[in-house]
Amino acid sequence: MEEAKGEEVTLFGFWSSPFVHRVIWALNIKKIKYKYVEEDLSNKSALLLEHNPVYKKVPVLVYNGIAIAESLIILEFIEETWKENSIMPQDPYEKAVARFWATAAGDGLWQFFITEGKEREEALTSVINNFELLEKELIGKNFFGGDRIGYFDISVGWISYGVPIFEEITEFKIITEQKFPLLHAWMEAFSNSELVRDTLPLREKLSERYRKVWEATMQKKN
Amino acid sequence: MASEKGVMLLDFWVSPFGQRARIALAEKGVQYEYKEENLTEKSELLLKANPVHKKIPVLIHDGKPVCESLIIVEYIDEVWSDKATLMPSAPYQRAQARFWADFIDKKVYDCGSRLWKLKGEEQQTAKKEMIDILQLLEAQLGDKKYFGGDSFGFVDVAFVPFTSWFYSYETCANFSVEGVAPKIAQWAKRCMERESVAKTLSDPKKVYEFVCFLKKKFGVE
Repeated sequence: MEEAKGEEVTLFGFWSSPFVHRVIWALNIKKIKYKYVEEDLSNKSALLLEHNPVYKKVPVLVYNGIAIAESLIILEFIEETWKENSIMPQDPYEKAVARFWATAAGDGLWQFFITEGKEREEALTSVINNFELLEKELIGKNFFGGDRIGYFDISVGWISYGVPIFEEITEFKIITEQKFPLLHAWMEAFSNSELVRDTLPLREKLSERYRKVWEATMQKKN
Repeated sequence: MASEKGVMLLDFWVSPFGQRARIALAEKGVQYEYKEENLTEKSELLLKANPVHKKIPVLIHDGKPVCESLIIVEYIDEVWSDKATLMPSAPYQRAQARFWADFIDKKVYDCGSRLWKLKGEEQQTAKKEMIDILQLLEAQLGDKKYFGGDSFGFVDVAFVPFTSWFYSYETCANFSVEGVAPKIAQWAKRCMERESVAKTLSDPKKVYEFVCFLKKKFGVE
């Protein structure tokens, strides 16, 4: 575990947050030793509010007393501060593509999950379009990052557990092996990797949480 | 897209997001071809270059498209790294620059739109929000020449195009940027002394004309 003298790293998080998972994966790839603080989002700690006064959200990374918020920004900070085990591509164009998909990959998925009828159809069209493009990004690669898991993979990584859970709850399959062979293979490889396997909360626990949200949302509509 | 050598920018004249890219290219002295898009009839090229969002700006460099204005600006900074560096060098300062540029992205255009789209109570709420945003940004700027310190930087590029929308915000919601955030107003004037900014930003009166056109289009009184 890398821990330079006088280096203190704390991560404020919440167990089910996909944004927090991104940071955990990055810290683990870099083999950075850190302290984890689980927040009660219904009763946020004074420390969290002090470290992230603008958004008051998790994740927040505190490094030697200074706070960094917003998961993708934290990822780039981690990459730049700890040089070993690089997670970003070197090429500026590849970086731009990875940064684009880091935010765009999830577009429409949540809407697909919590809407019905025409709204859901539109969201699904958008999701399928995106997945077709992501499928192309995987051509000739094991992971979006190439041979190894990198920034691109961990940024879109929540798809690997989020999509199967959404599919199960809505009883609608989006990523099939036939339609998206590379994406399907990536999801398996990513979820089963040593990095992810040991850090993800129990699938059942996550599934239960999403189901509760879905039921509450559906109830509000009907 | 053919692998044509060179730089092309797909854009829309009044877009503050497109202007970020234009300012960055100008700061770096990059020659490029500007293509004005008709947003009610988007070109095949745009739809192919940005199939996900179908939005401008898109930077096409040697045939390869880069989308999302802040990603474009970072890309420009990394490729043409020999002059006018926009991002700071230290990791924490870089994180801060990205944070505030992202904040501007999340808040300013959306809140600004509500200022001219809404009336009454809702408009007042949007106005209060805009004042909060400006004052938060002012606190970040402090007494520095630019958000980037002594040199014009990433956050400056991210925010400065919106300064030509101040007149529209002020007129629609009846307040003064100088009144609520004087340092921001002064910073805006300083930025206009830079050629890249002066040549890129739309005339505030023209922006207002555009806003009035949008108001008619959306049926806002």
